[in-house]
Parts: sequence; structure tokens; C-alpha cells
Amino acid sequence: MPRKSVAKFAIDHLQVLDEQGVVDAKLDPKLPDERLLEMYRWMRLARELDERMLKLQRQGRLGTFPPNTGHEAVSIPVAMAMGPKDWFVGAFRETGGRLVRGEPLTSPLYYYNGWEEGNILPDPALRITPISVVIGCQVPHAVGLAFASRYQGEDAAAVCFIGDGGTSEGDFHEGLNFASVWKAPVVCIVQNNQWAISIPRSAQTASQTMAQKAIAFGIPCLQVDGNDALAMWVAINEALEHARSGKGPYLIEAVTYRLMMHTTADDPKKYRGEAEEKCAWEKEPLIRFRAYLAARGLWDDAKDEALIAEVKEQVDQAVRAFEAPVDWAQDTAFDHVYGTDHPHLHEQRAEFLANVRFDGGKEADHG
Amino acid sequence: MAKLTMVQAINLALTQEMERDPSVLVLGEDVAQDGGVFRLTDGLLEKFGPVRVLDTPLAESAILGTSIGMAMAGLRPVCEMQFCGFSYLMMGQFEAHATRMRARTHGQITLPLVVRMPYGGGVRALEHHSESREAIWAHLPGAKVVLPSGPRNARALLAAAIRDPDPVVFMEPKHSYRAFREEVPDEPEVMPIGKAQVVQSGTDVTLVSWGAMMRPTLKAAAEITEKRGVSIEVIDLLSIAPLDAQTITDSVRKTGRCVVVQEAPRSFGPSSEITALINDKAFLYLEAPVARVTGYDVVTPYFGREKHYIPGAGRVARALEATLDF
Repeated sequence: MPRKSVAKFAIDHLQVLDEQGVVDAKLDPKLPDERLLEMYRWMRLARELDERMLKLQRQGRLGTFPPNTGHEAVSIPVAMAMGPKDWFVGAFRETGGRLVRGEPLTSPLYYYNGWEEGNILPDPALRITPISVVIGCQVPHAVGLAFASRYQGEDAAAVCFIGDGGTSEGDFHEGLNFASVWKAPVVCIVQNNQWAISIPRSAQTASQTMAQKAIAFGIPCLQVDGNDALAMWVAINEALEHARSGKGPYLIEAVTYRLMMHTTADDPKKYRGEAEEKCAWEKEPLIRFRAYLAARGLWDDAKDEALIAEVKEQVDQAVRAFEAPVDWAQDTAFDHVYGTDHPHLHEQRAEFLANVRFDGGKEADHG
Repeated sequence: MAKLTMVQAINLALTQEMERDPSVLVLGEDVAQDGGVFRLTDGLLEKFGPVRVLDTPLAESAILGTSIGMAMAGLRPVCEMQFCGFSYLMMGQFEAHATRMRARTHGQITLPLVVRMPYGGGVRALEHHSESREAIWAHLPGAKVVLPSGPRNARALLAAAIRDPDPVVFMEPKHSYRAFREEVPDEPEVMPIGKAQVVQSGTDVTLVSWGAMMRPTLKAAAEITEKRGVSIEVIDLLSIAPLDAQTITDSVRKTGRCVVVQEAPRSFGPSSEITALINDKAFLYLEAPVARVTGYDVVTPYFGREKHYIPGAGRVARALEATLDF
């Protein structure tokens, strides 16, 4: 028996809008004008929110958070393409997509200022899972959600996000394997932003692409320019169609760049050069999308200034709502340990409230 | 002798142990180029190079799993879990292999490895960054669990953990990382694992704590000593596994009263074990029930609410008075 090749694989890369905003006419999804303008508005709003959150954090008005700047073209087109029954299973760099899906602007503000209220959706039917801080855990959740959707007779998919660092976790591989074996309607989006805190993509995996990790599980995949919202639109629609038609999971590698720090507690100067960042800024998603809109005769400087003023006002309003006094109880943690009633928690709640009174509601002295 | 923060003291221990023993190496997420997210391992890459200071891919289970393999072959890996909230991803490797290898092979294979992790609240951190879960590790036979409370003992205990023949979970109170400085000797210093320290001797009541809770504990002790003119013995456990039963027993037999202060949730925590120990060894000496000041049995709330959930000096002082007045 001779030695012979038994399998060969290839990875496609998709770009529709180049860095100057020039569109490939053959690949252009030809979205209606109002959809394009809507997409740009979401990206502007997400960017504005991110910039404001950074200012608030630096002023001590917000806790640590992971900036999303530069990732707008990944989660926003994805969320716009998703149907109401699909599940949005995020990690923590998809604020834009969460807004599209229906989270209020105040949610990330509350969440990153230490309030669980930021996880509470206006309606659970929005099907957004909470931010997943522990890396990679959300991938098997998405597979379970997708399984349940099919089990319950829904024509829906679960779309999960993970970063380049997350692909090193066991849960990523285990989840994809389950998805494939179960032919679960899952779309996994690897938001490859080149950095996992200080670890560059090259030290995270020796694989040539992130996309090819899907091939090991028999899952079709596509590498996409993640700074190109139109390419992401094309890719997510293909992926959702694949998943919903019963063909099983699909993986998209969205190649982008973490323009900011990992979180506000991190200093990228310790591990990467400014030249690299400068180069990445030239490829960021909003510039090219705006150029594309202008080329289509939909956009000009005056419209851009008006839009920026409008989203600023929208963020201002959210910040005012966020900073307004709240009367949330201090003892809510006791309400949500179990769905059943337990005497020891009643006792401990009484003790807790007595201690808060003793301490006069002031910060306890932890030394 | 220099005045160091706990961050600097731990860095000193790592540096000196790596200089002393070429089999010691450091691995974890962001520990090399970045020097660790809290800068605990800053400068080690420059001093010891990338073969001994390894930035790993993002995978806690593989960080411990590969450390187990290294330790089997005679190396002394010191691996880092970036936050204790991420350490549960390596629980399978820890329980199934790290704690059992010695027993499984009747001592033929041993695992001299250290798992460092920052723990505890009070730093306005995100979810999974504020818990105090030492009991989880201490419950596993074969695991040693060390919780330093200050720069000097952190340095000396980490040196001991690195030289120890068994897996040691070294839990660093991140609230104390930069909160204060202490004189730390230049020469290597090693403290025994499993030995508590009587930091203040007294005759009227015993106060037992460890890790980050030592600060509010000592503050409350000073306040009640001043207010009541009583004599308080304060014990810093330093290790909860093994637990120094002798020091606790001797103290409670002397004072007849005991208050245990624990940041972790109350049920099934070290304070439960200490109370049971006193029941076994010093019951007839007790003048009052053992009191416990602990976290509550709730999911750690996000930092907007954490200030009242972490035991503070006020709660410790009130428990001390109630125990003295019983």
C-alpha cells in the first residue's frame, strides 16, 4: 500500500472593502442604503461609547473595562444579520453587537461599575447571554443553546464569540467537537485581534490561521477581514444559512486588531511597539466604511459631524442615567443564591443588614 | 534589609530561588514579557531568559498539566493562575494528578510544584477576580495551601513552597499586594509551611485569621485592647493545609475564648475546621462558644456591593466584645 495523501484543505480569506474603502463589485452584498447607514450609525455609537467609557474610567467614574475600539465591524454586522430567535453568546469585546441586539447603553456602564444590574436585559427574549469573563467557557454554552433550539423545533442558531487567546482553552476545542458531532446550528466567531493581553498571536498558536482549527473538527470555516463590515455581513449570512439548514456548525475567523489596551488595568507599552499600533489604526473599520458610503454618494463631512453629535448626545443621556442616584438594595446577593428558600440565608441576611447598620452604611474597614 | 511591598517581596523570593536552584522555572499567562498582570514576575525574563520564564498560551489546565510533567522529571515549576477565579479550569489536573501522584506511586513520583494565584476582594475588580476560595484546595488531601499576610512572610513562605517536595497552592492576598511595606532581609529567608505564627500573645481571647484578613483582625485587636484593657492573642495561620492544630489548641486552652476571621463564605470553610478542632482539643477549656466572622454564603457580588460583604475591623471588634462578654 503506497503512502498517499488522504486529505487536503484550504482556507479562504474574504475581503469586500479594502483599507481605502474601495469595494469589490463582484462581492458587494449590495445592502440597501438605509441598512448601510444603520450599520455605520451603530459603529459610530459603539466607538463613541467606548471612548466615553475610557474617559469615565480614567476619571474614576467607572471600573476596569476592556475597550472595544477597532472591533466594531465584527459584532455589529453579525448582530444585524441575526434573527430574533438566534442566541448571541458573547465574550467581552462585542459591546457594539450587544447594543444592536437590544441591550441599553447603560448596561455596560452598570456592569463595568460593579453592578449585576448591567446583566439584566430589558427582555430575556433578546437572547443575549451575559459577558463571559472566564476565557472560552461560552463556546460549549453556545453548542448547548443550539442543541436546545433544534430540540425545541426552532429554526435558530447560536452565535458565539471568542478571541484568539480563547482558542487555546480546552472549552473551545471541546465545544467545537461537540458542535460538529451533534451537527448543532452554531456559528463560532474567532475575533482574532492579534493580542491576548501581552501574548501576541504568534506565541498563542503555531497554526497558520485561526480558521483552520475548525478543520480538525470537520467544521467549514472562512477567514474574513474583521475590519471590513461588508465582508463580515457576507460571511455571517453564509454561516447562518449553513447552520440553519441543518448542515452543522461554521467557524469565522475575523482578523482585526486590539487598538487599545486589554483592559484599562493594562499597559501595552510593556509589550508592543507604537509603530505596530499606528499601522493598525490605518486599517481600522470606520474609516473605510465611511469612505465607501461617501463613494456611494450617501455621506459627506457635514453628515458625519451631525451623526457624531447625535451619538454623543445619546451617550451623554446614557451616562446621565447611569450616574443618577439609584436605590438598589445592598442585600440583593441573598435574593439570588438559590431558587428555593433556606433558613440559614435568612439568618445571614439579618446578620448582614445588622452589620451594615452598625457600620453606618460606610465602607467596612478592610485594613 | 529593604522595605518592600508584597509584590516586591514575592519577586525577590522568585529571583533568589531561581538563582539558587537551576531547576526552578516560572510559567503562566503574561508572566514573562509583561512581568505578570500585577508585575509579580517583572524582570525575571531579562534575568533568566525565555527558557526559564515562559509566557504560555491561554490555558490554565495545560499550565498545571505541563507543570506536573516538568515536576515528574525533577524540575520545580512555579506556575501562575492569573486570578484565582480562572484556576478552576485546572481543577481536573490538580485533583486527579497533582494531589495524588505521590500516593499513587508510593512516593516514587513526587511533584515539587507551586501554583501561585492572587485571591480576595476589595480591589474593585471584575467578576471572578474577588473570591476567597482557599477551602476548595485545602479540602484535597495531598495539597498544601499557604496564605501569606505580609511582604516578609510572603517572601519566606514562597521560598519554602518552592523548596517543598509537594504541590503547594500559594494564595496571594491581592488587596495586600501594595497596601503596605515591611522590612525584608536581603539574605534568603525560609519559614516552615504548616506552622502558624503568634503575632501577638495574650491571655483573654484568641483571634485567628490568615491572608488579607490579618489587617482588619489586627486593627480590631488594637481597638478592643485599648477600649477594654484586655489581653488578646493573635494567631496568623499562614498555612491552612496543613493546619497548625498545636498552636491553636495551646492558645485556646490558655484564653478559653476564640474568634476566627475568614474572608471566604462561612459554610465548609477553614473557620468551620478550626471550630471543630477546638471542639476536639479544647472543649473543656472554653468560656464562650467559638465565634466566626466570615463572608456570607452568597455568590460574591460585583464590586458595587462588595464593601459590606468583606469582613471589616468593625465586625471583628463586635465579635470580640460579644465573646469577651459571653
